[in-house]
Amino acid sequence: MGEFKVHRVRFFDYMPSAIRAMAFNVHTERLAVARVDGTVEVFNIADNCFQEKVIPGQDGRTIEALCWAGGRLFSTGLNGEMVEYDLENLRAKYTVEVYGGPAWTISSNSQGTHLAVGCEDGTVKIFELLEDTVQFQKNLDRLKNRVLSLSWHPSGTQIAAGTLDMIRVFNVNSGHATERMMVDRAAGASKKEEVLVWGVVFLSDNTIISGDSAGKVQVWDSKMGTLIRTHLVTKWDVMALSVSQDESSLLAGTSEGSVVQFQFLSANLDQPDREWVRTRTLRSHSHDVRALVHTETAAISGGIDTQLVVRPFREKVVQSSKESAPRKITFPHRSLVSCAKKAGILLFQFPERLELWRLGESQGNGRPGEELSVKRKPEALIHLKRKGDDHICCSALSLCGGWLAYASVSSVRLYRLQYDDDGITIAKVKLPKVLRWANQLCFSADSSRLFASFSQSSVLVFALGQSEAKYVHTLKPKSVSRQAVHLMSASDDGKWLATANSDCEVHVYNLSKLKYHCTVPVYSSCPSAMAIHPTGSNLVMVHADQQIFEYSLVQKEYTEWSRTLQRIGLHSSWLNRATPVTHVSFSTRNPDHIILHDMDMFCIVDKSLPLPEKDSDLYNQKQLCSMTEKARIKDSHAFKICESFKNLLCVGLLEDHSLVVVERPLLDITTRLPAPVRQKKFAT
Amino acid sequence: MATLYEGYTLCGLVKSPNSLDSGIHGIELESDNDHVVVTDSTRSVTLYKLSDQKPLGTWTVKQGQSLSCPAVYNAGTKEYVTVSDGKVIRVWQAGDLLLDKAFKATLSSTVWRVHCVPGGAELYVLFSRGAVRLLDALLAAPQQPIEEVLGQEEAIRWSAGIAAETQHFVVFTTEQKGSHFLYVQRLKPNSVQKFCLEPEDVGLAPLSYSACYRDGHISLLYLYPNGHVYKSVVSVRSPPLEEVGEAVPLPRTQLLCLPVGETLLEAASALFLDDDHIAVVGAPHPAAGTGTNFLCIWNTNFQTLQAGKEMAGKLYGQLWSYASKLFIPHGKSLTVIPYECPKSSLASALGKLKHAGAKVSRVPACVPSWSAVFNGETAMQSEPMETSQSNAQHSQSSSDGPVNQVLDLIKTATVEVIRKEVEAVLSQADIQGLQPWLGQLAGSLVSRSMADPTFYTPSTLATLVGTRCLCHSVCPELLMLALEKRDYSLVQLCLQSFPDVPENITCCCLKTFLSVPDGDVETASLEPGSLSFMETLTAQERGTKLNGFSAAGGEHHHHHPERTSGLLVHTCPVGVHKAVLLNEVLQTPYSDTFLLPHLKDLSPQQVMLFLQYLQFLYFNYSEDSFEQEDKSRAPTLTQILDWVCLLLDAHFTVLVMTPEARGLLVNLHSFVKYQVRFVSELGKLEGSLQELQHMREEKHIGQYSIQVITLF
Repeated sequence: MGEFKVHRVRFFDYMPSAIRAMAFNVHTERLAVARVDGTVEVFNIADNCFQEKVIPGQDGRTIEALCWAGGRLFSTGLNGEMVEYDLENLRAKYTVEVYGGPAWTISSNSQGTHLAVGCEDGTVKIFELLEDTVQFQKNLDRLKNRVLSLSWHPSGTQIAAGTLDMIRVFNVNSGHATERMMVDRAAGASKKEEVLVWGVVFLSDNTIISGDSAGKVQVWDSKMGTLIRTHLVTKWDVMALSVSQDESSLLAGTSEGSVVQFQFLSANLDQPDREWVRTRTLRSHSHDVRALVHTETAAISGGIDTQLVVRPFREKVVQSSKESAPRKITFPHRSLVSCAKKAGILLFQFPERLELWRLGESQGNGRPGEELSVKRKPEALIHLKRKGDDHICCSALSLCGGWLAYASVSSVRLYRLQYDDDGITIAKVKLPKVLRWANQLCFSADSSRLFASFSQSSVLVFALGQSEAKYVHTLKPKSVSRQAVHLMSASDDGKWLATANSDCEVHVYNLSKLKYHCTVPVYSSCPSAMAIHPTGSNLVMVHADQQIFEYSLVQKEYTEWSRTLQRIGLHSSWLNRATPVTHVSFSTRNPDHIILHDMDMFCIVDKSLPLPEKDSDLYNQKQLCSMTEKARIKDSHAFKICESFKNLLCVGLLEDHSLVVVERPLLDITTRLPAPVRQKKFAT
Repeated sequence: MATLYEGYTLCGLVKSPNSLDSGIHGIELESDNDHVVVTDSTRSVTLYKLSDQKPLGTWTVKQGQSLSCPAVYNAGTKEYVTVSDGKVIRVWQAGDLLLDKAFKATLSSTVWRVHCVPGGAELYVLFSRGAVRLLDALLAAPQQPIEEVLGQEEAIRWSAGIAAETQHFVVFTTEQKGSHFLYVQRLKPNSVQKFCLEPEDVGLAPLSYSACYRDGHISLLYLYPNGHVYKSVVSVRSPPLEEVGEAVPLPRTQLLCLPVGETLLEAASALFLDDDHIAVVGAPHPAAGTGTNFLCIWNTNFQTLQAGKEMAGKLYGQLWSYASKLFIPHGKSLTVIPYECPKSSLASALGKLKHAGAKVSRVPACVPSWSAVFNGETAMQSEPMETSQSNAQHSQSSSDGPVNQVLDLIKTATVEVIRKEVEAVLSQADIQGLQPWLGQLAGSLVSRSMADPTFYTPSTLATLVGTRCLCHSVCPELLMLALEKRDYSLVQLCLQSFPDVPENITCCCLKTFLSVPDGDVETASLEPGSLSFMETLTAQERGTKLNGFSAAGGEHHHHHPERTSGLLVHTCPVGVHKAVLLNEVLQTPYSDTFLLPHLKDLSPQQVMLFLQYLQFLYFNYSEDSFEQEDKSRAPTLTQILDWVCLLLDAHFTVLVMTPEARGLLVNLHSFVKYQVRFVSELGKLEGSLQELQHMREEKHIGQYSIQVITLF
């Protein structure tokens, strides 16, 4: 395979935002995650927890709670608005003023007909779901304090509301409170502080379970308004509660980063009386757990430490299968880095700005394993702040580095970059009005065209000129899907453009004829990365379930290699990797080489070599290293996996055949987090 | 090693700020070692009790008057004497409250100092012009004319009173036009000698003087600003000159060259502590840069620094020493630092005592004075006298009586009685206090044994040696006596506990051990630890024989062309008891230079046997199966190899020509060669292992780096 010079870049200062709220749609198995910066992400739990959709945030929009109602996603925030999201075009569909001050919580009934919103002014407002909008129906009896948590009884006739120092139960029809349950304050010094009921869960047997700021999980009988049982879980707050669909298990997330599970069990085998028993403690977080979801098989938690953690329950999954492995999702499943491989320039995308860096140069050559002396240091060229309140959702840099474009849900901007000896000049280039927003942006390899994916998977084509870009054409797929494009790739030879959407459709357009070419047979898993081979007109796709396909665009069929790969099957170690491949690129020197990377490794697939045997070691670089030349040939296989670099955000190959590796060490992220409530002490 | 103990502040200094002078005029001992009289440079005399660290009384002269001479205490009359304003002698007693009401007498000439001679009951007055008078005589006729001894422009720089056996002296140094003279004024009958000090570099005048009487000589110690410390010796027995004639050149010997660096010393002082030690103040510590705020004790015999202490604040180059205490004004206070200078010995100076390890620190004074041994004084007589004052005092008070009785007993009593008495003495008193007497006891036992062939007290001697307070220098005949009496267990004990066995004695022991028949030794009750060590060693050898083959033997097979000698390798050539004794010899400290000539006395047979034994040990040590359990009783591999080398050095020509030795030598040679190769391979291995460790190191990765990787 040979030697590579690697630019190891660690100056991408990417900082994920803390997780604030989560909602799980049992029917579609989609998990919606809201972050503190207002971003909403949708994960497909059934498809390897792939991050299907990202709805960019907006300055000033904060999300306190999320909820699914049928297939619709709603959120409320401290700005006092309720937002419904357009999951097809990845933007807020509309916002409704709640008129109750900051809205702390939102909950929908199990029938999916009504929403309840808890407000700062102590009201619980009931909204009726209409076809395309929501309509305010009524206020329940006003409470003295803010409503922090809400839970509908499965029958839809009652609502439990958690507020300061108490839990109230309302009859939805009459709007009157039926029960009042006082929650004890914490003992000791914090006795004077009101206790905040951060979470309530209303079960079908009329049991209410609450979690509060005094660290208690309490079980109540809502009919009598009596306390059944108190579990003191933590010294700090219990911030989130989540109950399983069958109401037999409950999770409580605490400020010290642990998740405590309770199960509804009978104390004695032969007795029918069951009670809530604390069963296990999961420790996956260093900071507050702010959001929790109890799925059929796993506990999904997120909080201030920004990671989404999926911890499968051992008894619910097959041991040592892919589902049984705990998962931590730290980085987004899409690329935040664009690499101009001809110019050696990197573009880093942040929600509020773009950074353009020129890579450094090394002095001379070195032996493998060596670090070369840096002749020229990397240089920050541009620090481009976005315009407007909407966060940047996508960005693109042309291969020559001469063009830069970014888009938010409200605007698309294009810039012409010119480099000279003493710096860089940036000029804004006008785009036609037709392009108001875009999901994905992409330049053609020769930097003459800009492609922007638009609503309903359509792609707008613009011709780039010195002063302005001219609208050329709209490419439309022959399909019924209305989903947004999340991947777009133009071929280096300028012939093809491929798009992928979250309905797993991959459409290919012929650019020379500017028309739809074909659709790749739809695979069950969403493509996580794809690219078109620069010479062979083959489309390589990697899916969220780690499958790799190569599709010949000319013959409109899978290539021989792809069929062989499917026939023999991928190595189990490859399939069991935890993070999806987020980049596909090709070697300019050897057409057989495909470069892939996920968060933990990068891999060069050599199509000319035999595929790894089932029982051989997939990660065999270390063994090969210590072998003789001859033995190496015998033992080497198509997957050359390099694990020297961790926490990868991007791996690209430059024109001069050197690799660019963008790392973001997790430690750097951790050090920027606020101090945790609970400090790890020795032997605790 | 000399020790400086933790000091304490006696009093603050009364002085004007930034003054170069400490404000202390002088310090004199009062009636006993616990009281001192401190005269400050202004108007007052203060009496301090050292153990309480507090003043007992102060006397002050009137405003306008000043004290021109440090007050001295006349132990004979219990009076204090000082001089105010140069000419007025004042005499008072402790009971006098006011100095002005005390006795005073005005003299006709200016007084330089009043001196009392240690131990003497008379005071002498030294006038500024060099004349010396008895105080009593002077007070009888205060206005008597005083002659001028010194020449024009000659001025006294320093003076001291010295007592030598029966004679009293006042010595003083003068400076005249850059030349320095020493006057030795003999009193009763009066006579004076004048000496001229050898000139040092141009313009350098001695910074300080110190004098003491020793062995019929007055020693003068003086320190120059360039750090040179000289000693001049004036015999007190030399014929007194009739009158002050031409100055006789005074020979000097350089004792020390203190490291002073570039600059010259400004305020420094050197003082005799005892024969071998001097205290120096105001000179830099050799290990602490150029700062001069140090008080150091140097051994002049070996030019070694024995102790040092950094003093806070400015030093004034003043230093007094009384009763094992140093008085040093520094900064704003006068500090008293107790010290101890045990007798130094060559053994301690050369590091021979190192072998004795813990013993050295436990009994610092056990090794006798080197000078004492050389002066031909018998150890048992000199030892109690020579020990430091505190020890002597202690033992005198606690166990003087019983020990003297035992000493008397030794001359006449039976073995059994002596044994009981000695054990009784040892059990009742602490060993530390008894130290000087133990040598005496052992010495008299040995001398009686030598004189009376029928008298021998092995158990008593063993008990005495077992206290570990004895050493060879204390009773040199002991080891030879034990050898003579074939008391091998005592010999072993001596070899183990004496840190200073001379090389010729070591060689004597070796010779005896080698030639003695095994049967003679086997009866000796040797130390069990060392015996068990040898028994394990020989048992191993037997074990391998039983198995029919030895791993090491097979391994080495092709290295030994001669099978006959190969057999020798794993058979101990001497009996276990003999081997134990030889081991003791191997562990005795020695110097190659001194040992080598004595080794040549061994006969070729003895050399062969010893070499065979050493080879046996060496081969056994080199085997991996060998594990030393009790390391303290076994010679180390280095010791064995050193002895092999020494033996070969001493007898190489003889061995080369002895046909029996050939196999042995070839065997040793090939084995050593093999070992050298093995060790060099190990060295290479070490290199690669270190490289491995190096590789493991986590490299720090910066924000940006360019690396080279290979994919296979």
